[in-house]
Amino acid sequence: MFYREAGQFKTTYQADQAVFPILQDRVGLALILIGAFVLIPLVASDFFLSVVMIPLLILALASIGLNILTGYTGLLSLGTGGFMGVGAFACYKLTTLFPGVNIVIWILVSGFFSTALGILFGLPSLRIKGFYLTVATLAAQFFLDWSFIRIQWLTNYNTSGAIEVPTRTLFSFPVTGPNATPQFRYLVILAVVTLLTWFASNLVHGRIGRMWMAVRDMDLAAELIGIPLYRTKLLAFAISSYYCGVAGALMVFFWYGSAEPGVFNIDQSFTILFMVIIGGLGSLTGSFFGAALIYGLPIMMKAVLHGLGINILPATVEHLTFMTVGALIVLVLIVEPLGLARLWQITKQKLRVWPFPY
Amino acid sequence: MDILYKILIDPFLQMGQAPDLLVQTLWEGLVSGVLYSLIALGFVLIFKASGVFNFAQGIMVVFAALTLVGLYELGVPAFVALGLTIVVMFGLAVAVERLMLRPLVNQPDIILFMATFGLTYFLIGFGELVFGGNPKKMIASELYLPSGAYDIKMFGGFVSLQKIDIAAAVIVSLMVISLAVFFQKTRIGRALRAVADSHKAALSVGISLEQIWVVVWFAAGIVALVTGIMWGARSEVSFSLQIIALKALPVLILGGFTSIPGAIIGGLIIGIGEKVGEFYWGPLLGSGIESWLAYVIALIFLLFRPQGLFGEKIIERI
Repeated sequence: MFYREAGQFKTTYQADQAVFPILQDRVGLALILIGAFVLIPLVASDFFLSVVMIPLLILALASIGLNILTGYTGLLSLGTGGFMGVGAFACYKLTTLFPGVNIVIWILVSGFFSTALGILFGLPSLRIKGFYLTVATLAAQFFLDWSFIRIQWLTNYNTSGAIEVPTRTLFSFPVTGPNATPQFRYLVILAVVTLLTWFASNLVHGRIGRMWMAVRDMDLAAELIGIPLYRTKLLAFAISSYYCGVAGALMVFFWYGSAEPGVFNIDQSFTILFMVIIGGLGSLTGSFFGAALIYGLPIMMKAVLHGLGINILPATVEHLTFMTVGALIVLVLIVEPLGLARLWQITKQKLRVWPFPY
Repeated sequence: MDILYKILIDPFLQMGQAPDLLVQTLWEGLVSGVLYSLIALGFVLIFKASGVFNFAQGIMVVFAALTLVGLYELGVPAFVALGLTIVVMFGLAVAVERLMLRPLVNQPDIILFMATFGLTYFLIGFGELVFGGNPKKMIASELYLPSGAYDIKMFGGFVSLQKIDIAAAVIVSLMVISLAVFFQKTRIGRALRAVADSHKAALSVGISLEQIWVVVWFAAGIVALVTGIMWGARSEVSFSLQIIALKALPVLILGGFTSIPGAIIGGLIIGIGEKVGEFYWGPLLGSGIESWLAYVIALIFLLFRPQGLFGEKIIERI
């Protein structure tokens, strides 16, 4: 009833091509942003911030990264965990070598190290595609995972092989390390994620995004209309790895607080991939939905079972989660291959004509 | 110069100085190669007949082995448990065809590939829920599999061959031969090859795709069961095997996605290459290179011969 564009006339092409052409969408987005930046830090408990919001934002960022590669460009990658690890370890090395520089700068810079490795391991995509490329990214995953354990220089020769996040401040407030409050950590993450999401949105709606999608839909046709395949694919690898790297750095510095090298193993890659599949291939909103569902599912299941008074072992909950996620993936692929994002679109479409559909 | 010496000359000197160690390493590589081949074989069977790249083959191995051991622990006699496990794998094949493949027919390959991820996760959760996550001991002696080792004197040292490994090699050869006969000589085997060549043509001469898919997934289930028994008898039955099963991917790249001999030979090459690489070149890099060496071998191979050793030239070059 309230969600329709009647009376909103576009007078310029620019307005017509806007990402959110409907006024209500823009208002909604603004409300979400205000809520996320102002309301949640003021109202939410520390527990909610550090257990729900912080992980969710970080995982969503990693999903956006993989979505650029898998959803928009159609290159299936299983190396996400490895690239996230590169970002995390790069950030750790940078901030211990140059403690004077602001941590947020290092977080954003560490993504470029992932980019470099992403381009390197993306090189085979010039000759191969499909499953073959997936194996190439698996090589990246296992090689990087091995490097994190074996190359002790990365952990500053820490005997435990793990990295401890040092305390760093922003405007003289501690944002990382054991003294940082969840509120400040949350705000920094939110700022980074918002910035990068906005950037990604501009990318995928612009010329570059269209090139990616053309390559995904039919590479031969894309080449015929003059899209340089190699550069387009490598660009997708580069930007996707950048996002994954930043997400990895955020994950270690703002969420875990310390990291054993095994954190960035193949399971991490799978988790992110599932978020992308369930959220929706080729959708930024979907990345957030997918992260919320896959990360939130075990928490929800625990809460619901606990609320019903069913006493159940944590291990059993984990097994049930595995089963549910597995079944959900098959179900989503059968019912709606474009994932939750598509369902969201359908809902909006229905809302526009509600309550008089004809 | 020193590093070049260590990479290019020193390992070969070591091989020459201690040939018994070299033979032992080669044998170990051969044995783990046989197991990679087995897993790869399961992949190839399904890929040939339905074009689905079955990521769940690894977890099917674990699942089959767990079912066998779990049933035995319930007090079922070993060979009855074996029979029941085969029934369970058949049930799995029917369920997969009904619930996953049939609704997804005509979807792009990559969607089907991702659906098998879902299957993998479902089976992990289901297996752990029913059988628990702890590693289990395979009932090797109850199934009359030999244990112990032969020590053979050779080159002034001795090489130790585990009897179970020899049994594995024999069983695998038997299985490959029987699969080859099945594919070449039986009615269903011919139907399978027809489906592999062209789904449409097979349908038009009256071959039921659904039936073929069940057969193929069942065959892959049997291969998984054999793999599970062999692997379990060597170490133990645990979910970590599922990660090792990913090694079948480089094996397939080496051997070609559609070739059964390719899967076998690719597996052996990867197995031997990995063990030799780890033993002679591993210490240079701080050991543990086994975990990624196979993928890098495959990656290098891809650049020169993308269709694999025996594969058909179907890969699209871009």
